[in-house]
Amino acid sequence: MQDLLYFSQQLINGLTIGSAYALIAIGYTMVYGIIGMINFAHGEIYMIGAYTALIAITGLTALGLAWLPLILIVALVCAMIVSSSMGWAVERVAYRPVRGRHRLIPLISAIGMSIFLQNYVHLAQGSRNVGFPALIEGGFNFSADGAFQMSLSYIQITIFITTLICMIALSLFISRSRTGRACRAVSQDLGMASLLGIDTNRIISATFVIGAALAAVAGLLLGMYYGSVDPLFGFIAGLKAFTAAVLGGIGSIPGAMLGGLILGVSESLTSGYLSGEYKDVVSFGLLILILLFKPTGLLGKPEVEKI
Amino acid sequence: MAANNLRHALFCAIVTLIISFPILGLNLEAKGINITLTGAKTSTYVAIVLAAVVVFVFQIFRDSFMGVLGKLPNLNPLAGREPMEQSKRVKLESWILTGIVIFALFWPFLVSRGSVDLATLVLIYIMLALGLNVVVGLAGLLDLGYVAFYAVGAYTFALLSQYTGISFWMALPIGALLAGLTGMILGFPVLRLRGDYLAIVTLGFGEIIRILLNNWTTLTGGPNGIGGIPDPTLFGMEFGRRVKEEGNTSFHETFGIAYASEHKIIFLYLIALVLAVITALIIRRFMRMPVGRAWEALREDEIAARSLGLSRTAVKLSAFTIGAFFAGFAGTVFASKQGFISPESFVFLESAIILAIVVLGGMGSQLGVILAAIAVTILPELAREFSEYRMLIFGAAMVLMMVWRPQGLLPMRRIHIKLNRQE
Repeated sequence: MQDLLYFSQQLINGLTIGSAYALIAIGYTMVYGIIGMINFAHGEIYMIGAYTALIAITGLTALGLAWLPLILIVALVCAMIVSSSMGWAVERVAYRPVRGRHRLIPLISAIGMSIFLQNYVHLAQGSRNVGFPALIEGGFNFSADGAFQMSLSYIQITIFITTLICMIALSLFISRSRTGRACRAVSQDLGMASLLGIDTNRIISATFVIGAALAAVAGLLLGMYYGSVDPLFGFIAGLKAFTAAVLGGIGSIPGAMLGGLILGVSESLTSGYLSGEYKDVVSFGLLILILLFKPTGLLGKPEVEKI
Repeated sequence: MAANNLRHALFCAIVTLIISFPILGLNLEAKGINITLTGAKTSTYVAIVLAAVVVFVFQIFRDSFMGVLGKLPNLNPLAGREPMEQSKRVKLESWILTGIVIFALFWPFLVSRGSVDLATLVLIYIMLALGLNVVVGLAGLLDLGYVAFYAVGAYTFALLSQYTGISFWMALPIGALLAGLTGMILGFPVLRLRGDYLAIVTLGFGEIIRILLNNWTTLTGGPNGIGGIPDPTLFGMEFGRRVKEEGNTSFHETFGIAYASEHKIIFLYLIALVLAVITALIIRRFMRMPVGRAWEALREDEIAARSLGLSRTAVKLSAFTIGAFFAGFAGTVFASKQGFISPESFVFLESAIILAIVVLGGMGSQLGVILAAIAVTILPELAREFSEYRMLIFGAAMVLMMVWRPQGLLPMRRIHIKLNRQE
């Protein structure tokens, strides 16, 4: 019983982190699905989302607002707006001019952008980590005989529910709306889509904006969960989310969700049963193994090399 | 059209405001356990508004502005000229390189101790950049974990000197060979991956190495690092005031001169210079050998190169191994220069800096990479007040380079023959 509780605790922690990873991973996977580039600066967009949310929360609290749901919603909207604008601007400045060139050129440009954004926030907000107020406290506790307590905190529940809502909204958007249909068309065949009158530049911008908005949601949620943010906060999370996207099959949206959950769970099981320091090693190792043995991921389509 | 333009310009200006105002204009400050929000200086707000106005004006007049820019007479007097003849160009390049080396030989005797120390660092970066140039510039394999091999070289020397008391000269080949071997072992499975996947896998590998160094406390000392790495000796002569090891003599006693702490720094600098020259010469030789041409052929068109019978794995692996080998070389020198190493020195940012050097210099071009290494290392030192903006400028420069001049400042020109159509 004790072991089971411990295991379920790790499972819950893993699913929490994993669902946030899935939110970030969608940005990678959508961009990759459409223009075939790794948006290396996506982790920084997520970090900027977290910072903006924190700024908004602090500002609203200072203004005397006390009703928690309102604070959270306003902070979320602010973070989404700033992150999406950032995503849009980054695409416009750094990726659009190099689109269609050799594969490495957009990637190097993206790395440059990532370094730039990290230092932008570093210079503006300082390099020290800033504490994120614990707005949602408490939770349910389960214990078998009082020895080990399994807890499911409200923040974890919030993360699950928010992620679920975002995922459902995204799926509906992609499958039902006009823009969503255009997104799917562009990801299948960019040239053909533009021949049929779809404004591909607009659709590509839209994917960046959507990805950035979801990353901002993840930024707020994980910021509250971890309790602090710093300018380097996005780098590792971005890599993890990219791993999740690759794990699920890059280019596939359900794949990103699945990949995020698997990655989160395997990470928390590692830190629960082996050692917390090596959890990054496990996720990078997982990434390397997948790329080596099944580069298409779990739900991805095999890529045919055309001559 | 005009209304459309105005709307777009307005949109761009608003986006500029949105992305700059909250981050730049509102600063989070931790006071005890509470966080407060303070406003920035007025000049920051002025700058934000100014930026938005500039973006607005630029977007409105974008078309006419670009038109004017296109009509401007070319400012670069060299632009319209015929490219220099190949043989002349090669000769000029080797003259410049020889000039740099001769100048570098006299450098330590002219300047202060700090400058020599900095110059040693520049030389280490030159070695690293030349090595990465083989991997990225010539073979076209984007390696984002290059710093891992640098770490292997440095830690090999540090650990061997700690446990077996090995000297610098023994550690130099061992460190380089071990780094090369690591490159080969890693490269073997990953090199069949496509370009951007390869980049991410190497990045992951670099991080794994760093995490291992950080956490394997019993062997590597973890975040505390390893200290007491010995200085190099010259034919058994030590450069310290007193001889540390039995059987060695000290440099100043042998030659009967007064002890000066500069001797050691200058000696280390000269070693680094010799090693950098050796690195450059070896790689130069490789570039003209069949294997060097195979690297470029595979970079340009993998399918065509394979159909001509090149083994993809063997060619890529050779580039990867050679690159790693020179990183190990540089790592050993670095460990000896610092006397102390810790995982802090081998973070991803270091890989990014070396990559930036290669990209700025012009992928594949040796002279360009050397000049870029000098510029990237020295410029932040010269402009100390801007040193906190260093990485910001780096990132921006990488983006701008890719947008405007992806071939780098001094792009590489391959030896080629121009065929004239027969009349």
